[in-house]
Amino acid sequence: MSGRSGKAKSRTIKVDYLARVEGEGSLYLKIKDDAVVDCRLEIFEPPRFFEALLRGRHFTEAPDITARICGICAIAYQMGAVHAMESICGVTVGGELRELRRLIYCGEWIESHMLHIAMLHLPDFLGYPDAIAMAAEHGELVETALRLKKVGNDIVRLLGGREVHPVNVRVGGFYRTPQRAELATLEHDLNWARDAAIELTRTVAGLDFPRYERNYEYVCLSHPDEYPLNEGRLVSSSGLDIDISEYDKHFVEEQVAHSTALRSVRKGHGAYLCGPLARYNLNFDRLPDTARQLARELQVEPPLHNPFKSIVVRALEVVFACEEALRIIAGYEVPASPAIDCRPRPGSGSGCTEAPRGICYHRYSIDHEGSILDAKIVAPTSQNQRSVEQDLRDFAATHLHLSQDLLTWQCEQTVRNYDPCISCAAHFLTLHIDCE
Amino acid sequence: MPVSGRRGRRPKLAVWKFASCDGCQLTLLHCEDRLLSVAAAIDFAYFPEATRTVIKGPYDLSLVEGSITTPHDAERIHQVRRASKYLVTIGACATAGGIQALRNFKKVRDFTQIVYAAPQYIETLSKSTPISDHILVDFELRGCPIDKGQLIEVISAFLNNRKPAVTPHSVCIECKRRGNVCVMVARGTPCLGPVTHAGCGAICPAYDRGCYGCFGPKETPNTQSLADTWQQMDRSKADLVRAFRSFNAYADPFRKESEAHER
Repeated sequence: MSGRSGKAKSRTIKVDYLARVEGEGSLYLKIKDDAVVDCRLEIFEPPRFFEALLRGRHFTEAPDITARICGICAIAYQMGAVHAMESICGVTVGGELRELRRLIYCGEWIESHMLHIAMLHLPDFLGYPDAIAMAAEHGELVETALRLKKVGNDIVRLLGGREVHPVNVRVGGFYRTPQRAELATLEHDLNWARDAAIELTRTVAGLDFPRYERNYEYVCLSHPDEYPLNEGRLVSSSGLDIDISEYDKHFVEEQVAHSTALRSVRKGHGAYLCGPLARYNLNFDRLPDTARQLARELQVEPPLHNPFKSIVVRALEVVFACEEALRIIAGYEVPASPAIDCRPRPGSGSGCTEAPRGICYHRYSIDHEGSILDAKIVAPTSQNQRSVEQDLRDFAATHLHLSQDLLTWQCEQTVRNYDPCISCAAHFLTLHIDCE
Repeated sequence: MPVSGRRGRRPKLAVWKFASCDGCQLTLLHCEDRLLSVAAAIDFAYFPEATRTVIKGPYDLSLVEGSITTPHDAERIHQVRRASKYLVTIGACATAGGIQALRNFKKVRDFTQIVYAAPQYIETLSKSTPISDHILVDFELRGCPIDKGQLIEVISAFLNNRKPAVTPHSVCIECKRRGNVCVMVARGTPCLGPVTHAGCGAICPAYDRGCYGCFGPKETPNTQSLADTWQQMDRSKADLVRAFRSFNAYADPFRKESEAHER
């Protein structure tokens, strides 16, 4: 590829198979007379029809089946499913079982965020094709990051049985709850992890960030007492404040020809952004003191509107997740029963939780025997897809002075800012930049 | 991992994705403390989830994740085979068609219409099929998801030209080794362990639930006998159809057993 010549009026940026994202997508941008005339985030991930294959399955199977939508954020799907089913059964899971759910979710946040920070996103900032090449010159950084990721996975494995598609989450609670002594084995590594995450946040806050800001509508959960994981009202930076059961009244999914993913918009408002930036900008005061003080020290307090800085927010959320996990472990008492009995009754219910990439919405209807009649699942990446395309248009339009190679790379990075999970969204991504 | 590729250079590993959740290839990245030593012994020549670098084939070992569900993928898998010295499928999707093979029991048009408002844009085959239905496969690694230890063993074995030490016996053997109390005998919890391929380490019984068959059928499984036992435990035919029809629904022994209870 060559740099842009003075004569060329148009050019194309194409990435046929986006690397370091989860799933299959490509990117295509066509630029004519210094304007972006076409921008497509194409998703050719083969569809797997989860909503259809859930019909006729038993409601207790939903957490195991929906986990298979995504190998990275299986807990997010399991949590959305169990909360929706419990709302249909009229059951509220509180106390230690609720705390254990937060704990396993903290494990997934640490594991998923560290995978993205170290292996998918950081190589862009430091100019390497991947984390392994980066490790040759930044060995200590990569080793620390991998160890942090392992601490997250250790939580998921202890509580869930294994890292990918854990087996212990069920409607009503868990199959088996851990003893205090088992959880205590995590404490030593978590104390190390919290300190390591603080140092890592300092490191990533010092990176060179492309100059780019946009005025997004941020959408996330919000809970009065805690940084959101499993529960809360659905709020936005433009004043939305609804119960999750009202999701379908306010958000709609569209289908476009170039994508096997459906794309969500907020009715009457258009594209929105969910994920770390949204949670951080709308819930900063509910982060623990350590994370808030660190943000002040590093001058990254909200509002933060540069999506490239999401790497700093992910690192701060790792600090939060380590502290939250330590808090839960310190106060844990074994619950009387590992699960609350959930009897099926005909009806519909929703669940919405904060996956590492943003809100993940489930809605099911079941019959009196517990058979699933209807299912709807909206992945975070489907919700962010319109914002990703708008970012690509805006970013490319304001960075046309860059060489073809650098513009292509930074467009890829623009996509990776979102930690897109394409397998999830296909029901979702390729990068081409076309400058005629 | 003492390995060598052709002519003494570092062997080239490729990781390919078809219809899947990415969990099996993620297992490679989950080898946290061993990842850098694995990377020191082999070249990740094609692994888009982890790197922008693409090194041209042929590849010494290809790991294939996912099932074949589109006309394009049915063509692409032949290119992957031609570029690979050894080809190993990883996980239930690649080895048995995966959870998406539930479509094989229904009309696929009904499925596209449920999920997509404009199903005419969606190109999909009527069945989700395992890789071995399309090309010669050198080894099939089971599991939804695969086990990390087994993955390292298989990579190491193929790059050293030896047979992988992956045994095809049932989950029951692993369960006994782990010292679990049998959930079916002691508590009357239905369990697929007696007919399910080992490899997970008998996690479910260790967490007080019955095995749900995510590693697929063991060698010569007596599914009928297990189904009889489940029925004696008051499980309905519908329960049996669901139990055998999940992540390995299209693996022959499980498919036949689920069909036997549908009539």
